[in-house]
Amino acid sequence: MSNIIDLSLNELVDKVKSKKISSKEITSAYVERSKKSNKLNTYIEQTFDNALKNSEKFDKSPNLEKKLPGIPFAVKDLFCTKGVRTTASSKILEKFIPTYESTITQNLWDAGAILLGKLNCDEFAMGSSNETSYFGNVTSPIADNLVPGGSSGGSASALAAKLTPATIGTDTGGSIRQPASFTGTVGLKPTYGSCSRYGIVAFASSLDQAGPMTRNVKDCSLLLEVISSFDPKDSTSVNFKRPNYYSELNKNIKGKKIGIPKEYRVDGMPTEIDELWEKGKEFLKDCGAEIVDISLPHTNYALPTYYIVAPAEASSNLARYDGVKYGFRAEGENLIDMYEKTRSQGFGEEVKRRIMIGTYVLSSGYYDAYYLKAQKVRKLIKNDFDEVFKKVDAILTPSTPSSAFKLGEKSNDPVSMYLNDIFTVPVNLAGLPGISIPAGLDKNNYPLGLQIIGKPFNEQNILNIAYSMEEKINFKLNINDWWIK
Amino acid sequence: MAIDLKTVKHISKLARISVNDEKARKLEKDLNSIFKWIEQLNELNTDKVEPLTSIAETTLRLREDKILSENIRDEILNNSPKDNKDYFVVPKVVE
Repeated sequence: MSNIIDLSLNELVDKVKSKKISSKEITSAYVERSKKSNKLNTYIEQTFDNALKNSEKFDKSPNLEKKLPGIPFAVKDLFCTKGVRTTASSKILEKFIPTYESTITQNLWDAGAILLGKLNCDEFAMGSSNETSYFGNVTSPIADNLVPGGSSGGSASALAAKLTPATIGTDTGGSIRQPASFTGTVGLKPTYGSCSRYGIVAFASSLDQAGPMTRNVKDCSLLLEVISSFDPKDSTSVNFKRPNYYSELNKNIKGKKIGIPKEYRVDGMPTEIDELWEKGKEFLKDCGAEIVDISLPHTNYALPTYYIVAPAEASSNLARYDGVKYGFRAEGENLIDMYEKTRSQGFGEEVKRRIMIGTYVLSSGYYDAYYLKAQKVRKLIKNDFDEVFKKVDAILTPSTPSSAFKLGEKSNDPVSMYLNDIFTVPVNLAGLPGISIPAGLDKNNYPLGLQIIGKPFNEQNILNIAYSMEEKINFKLNINDWWIK
Repeated sequence: MAIDLKTVKHISKLARISVNDEKARKLEKDLNSIFKWIEQLNELNTDKVEPLTSIAETTLRLREDKILSENIRDEILNNSPKDNKDYFVVPKVVE
């Protein structure tokens, strides 16, 4: 039998179901490997002993009807896990132990999965390189000087390094798709309202969505099927008939119309990405799809819009961290002084910067000029998509304007860091589903991704398109285990 | 419109985040470069555009006014930085 850690999620599930392999064997393999991964700094909390105990428990009376029978999972440390420390990679939550479970992780455990540990990310998911974490930056398994992307950087790094068979991230402006693209993995941001936000540490509530990060498209469809559910506890959760994404996955995309937006060809983009995009179009044509040139005229305005809307919502959401009810407290001379010192010492620089931006755009005299203006431009951006989706079934774009960059390369220039999300942010603003799949390598052998954007609640369609392209692309991620000590 | 040091201090007061002078000057620089970039939104005429406040485009569901978690005081207080077993404790507010 091939090495356990080389099997993909759906292969592991099949092997457990056919009793060829036990949960204990799988869990032990991932625990052993994860224990050697300190150089990558992916884990904030390791629950290995419990995971092994739970796998033994599973094996004693295995329920093989489950969708993820006894499969170990490490997840982003933004999901509240009952009784297991949840930090959002922030000092302010360093000792926070939730008294409840997020719906997404509950769905995982209900499907038979077992928690391996909590994965590093940018602080409160604010960042594109996983360099803003209080617990230190995450390194990409691809090279020792490379960022894994962010904010779900720990998830992407752990997935690519095979420390977990698959994982869950969150995506507010690209935080699943950009790190997936940087690490040669698959990442899907579902339609807003598809996956419950209950129990996820909130960043920007009108944009946040959780989603699967996997080694291939088939795994992605399986995991989406498990985590997507209607949840009365999330007032924006949408009650629609969810397909069986996994069993309905197919490669029949004949006659599908795929839009190519001209505005996504940006200045200074490496020619390799342009070539990859061209190749993507050819693959789609080979599969019988039809390529249609389209225009999304307000694309350029998406990022500045996002950097008003997201910080505004963040400044409100993060107002709860006051040093009173939970989390870090700095002592002060009086109540106000305690608040100010707690928040000044408890939050990192990027989080404080965004709270300040958000506070400014919502403050008296500036609300109309910034926040209301951004909401109006957001409407124009959404209208662009509504208009083109009358003509096409999906849209193909690059996932990012560059491959992974070096640690420290962009951390002193906020705007240049923000520009990373230029192709992913419009999708969040319009609430659409988007998937990034690995599509090739650049001259340094760093992975590059392509993004497929779909109509609201049409995840099945973009999964099918991704599944068809994946076969043609035949991407292989060959990384050596330099990080194992 | 440029953001000056006085405005930075004012925002930090509103945000309840104390900043020293050195931090405030760094923030002044960062915020100005970010807002200069954000200003490009003014190229667009949005006079007749309705603001998009929610992607859901429906009124939020109301839920029944029902208690779902009871007797969890001790559990909740376990996470507090300071308490006296019954209440959260904060610096004196009323003289």
